[in-house]
Amino acid sequence: MLVKAKGDLQAVSASRLRDGVAVWLSAGHRWMEDVADAGAFTGAALQQALAVAQADSAAGLVVDVYPLDVAVADGRTRPLHVRERMKARGPSVRPDLGKQAVTPAISRAPERAA
Amino acid sequence: MTHMPRPGAIAAAPDHSPDAAPDRHAGIYRYDDLDREFVFQRVAQFREQVRRRLSGALTEDEFKPLRLMNGVYLQLHAYMLRVAIPYGMLGTTQLRRLAEIGRRWDRGYGHFTTRQNIQFNWPALVDVPDMLHALAEVDMHAIQTSGNCIRNVTTDHFCGAAADEIVDPRVHAEILRQWSTLHPEFSFLPRKFKIAISGTPQDRAAVRTHDIGLIATRDAAGAVGFTVYVGGGQGRSPFLAVKAREFVPEADLLAYLEAVLRVYNQYGRRDNIYKARIKILVHELGAEAFLRRVEEEFARLPRGAHALDPALVEAIRAHFAPPPLERLPERSPAFDLARARNAAFARWTRSNLHPHRQPGHAIATVSLKPVGGIPGDITSDQMEALADLADRFSFGEVRVSHEQNLVLAHVRKDELYALWQGLEAIGLGTANAGLVSDIIACPGLDYCALANTRSIPIAQAIATRFADLDRQHAIGELRIKISGCINACGHHHVGHIGILGVDKKGEEFYQLLLGGDPGPQAELAEITGPGFDAAGIVDAVETVVRTYLDLRGEGERFIDTLRRLGHAPFKEALHGAA
Repeated sequence: MLVKAKGDLQAVSASRLRDGVAVWLSAGHRWMEDVADAGAFTGAALQQALAVAQADSAAGLVVDVYPLDVAVADGRTRPLHVRERMKARGPSVRPDLGKQAVTPAISRAPERAA
Repeated sequence: MTHMPRPGAIAAAPDHSPDAAPDRHAGIYRYDDLDREFVFQRVAQFREQVRRRLSGALTEDEFKPLRLMNGVYLQLHAYMLRVAIPYGMLGTTQLRRLAEIGRRWDRGYGHFTTRQNIQFNWPALVDVPDMLHALAEVDMHAIQTSGNCIRNVTTDHFCGAAADEIVDPRVHAEILRQWSTLHPEFSFLPRKFKIAISGTPQDRAAVRTHDIGLIATRDAAGAVGFTVYVGGGQGRSPFLAVKAREFVPEADLLAYLEAVLRVYNQYGRRDNIYKARIKILVHELGAEAFLRRVEEEFARLPRGAHALDPALVEAIRAHFAPPPLERLPERSPAFDLARARNAAFARWTRSNLHPHRQPGHAIATVSLKPVGGIPGDITSDQMEALADLADRFSFGEVRVSHEQNLVLAHVRKDELYALWQGLEAIGLGTANAGLVSDIIACPGLDYCALANTRSIPIAQAIATRFADLDRQHAIGELRIKISGCINACGHHHVGHIGILGVDKKGEEFYQLLLGGDPGPQAELAEITGPGFDAAGIVDAVETVVRTYLDLRGEGERFIDTLRRLGHAPFKEALHGAA
């Protein structure tokens, strides 16, 4: 975690273990490839989301779990810090690459065992 | 006349023997069976480690040091694989393999770095073992491209060809590579360790910004030795290396370096990552006290056991035998005619050629800095096309420079025009080597998990502002270097103009530095004053350049004018009178 989250509203990010793709935990605790689908947590819900994420990290689904400051507008979650906005989009100098270039494939996100 | 096989005739099988390979004269170290076996074993080990990680048998804490030992980082968008290119030397067989890897397992391109390596930015962890296997098939690997070990030894990209060279540094760079590979004492140093070696006092390898910098030279009797510098580095605390010894004989090279590393290993800090580099140790102990410990350690070492065997040196030297260059007159009428007829070619020859020691030949820099491009990036298609050109014009050899360009080192002057046409056809013929748009830039926040700001868009915006090549040539030599964070991977401390990206309340901001120089007159750049936003930093560079053009004397480069006048007129132009 390079940038310390300190706002009231936070999402939880990680990278998928198998391929390193950035993912965010949804309100329903599913890993999503589009940050717009990320849950925006606060208080006990944030602690619970972080616990779920850390459990998924221990289970080998994701790595590098950390919270980030976000805002929500029109039902879409948006990171506040430039670093997290870059992570959510892909390289600004290669719009043909990264998440900005593809339709989010949520089905490819890691899933916990039932 | 081309000889085509008759219809129905069976063409002779192509000759795949090493003696027939188009890169058989490339100046690279050729693996023996032991080298090859070692690298393949390492691939097999990592394949098993990845399998165990994915199965849950290894935790991330257990796996991370293993993946880093094999060049695998986790970056902002994906994993990144950094591949070692020893002292920047590639044969075209290897370059073609890098192209294939980029196409098959990455996104069709690679990124050459200031450590003369290449990075792939999008590999899936599950594919990395296959990528490493493909590399091993052409005698390449990713070992020691990360971790607290001795990293890729870098050198002069004109080595073995430059007219001003005294000793070919590849021989000793390779000896250092073999000595340092899996060296049990130096696999877990306090921090990463970087060595650079130059074979000419016209240092093109930035040796004084390295943990150990070596200038290979000869004594009055012609014997090879090294001026040794210790304790340089950039990052958040930049230091130029101090001279440790004026002349260490070739036989004592490994013993002396072993003494330096032992002192570092014993006294270097392991409690604070920001104070762990040898530069901090040299600074905190004081150069005199540090060097006294080195000399004591050197005196204790059993010299006979550490002495470099001349037979071994000669065996390594044989790998770097010069290619069969023809005896040619220095002047080439064909070259002169092409320059006279084609202004764009003439411009390229002014910026992108360097004198070769062999008459009638030249060293050509292939710019990876097209206007609006990403410094150091090259597509798989371009790699393959360049390999064809290197086979045709430069003995199947390509070098990577720490300036993130490529070099064809042995080109006949009378073939330069054909080479340039070939480069132009694939977008690699930009006539800007050493000029204002030949910018070193780290990947920055576009890729890097450690960065605070983007670097590449700033480089692109500056290059676009100065897109007019005639104007660039009129400005002359001017080295801009950009880092997206304090780690200084873009070498901003030694840029004539250095730019450092900083995080200002979650947004990108840029500091401007002036007066750095990585070369023989090494200097660290100084911050000019308050920083700028992304648009403002481009205007600031323009202001600095205009000030220089107003003030320069006859024949003065930017750095010469800055040294003569000091920073004051530039600071005043940027920030107003104090």
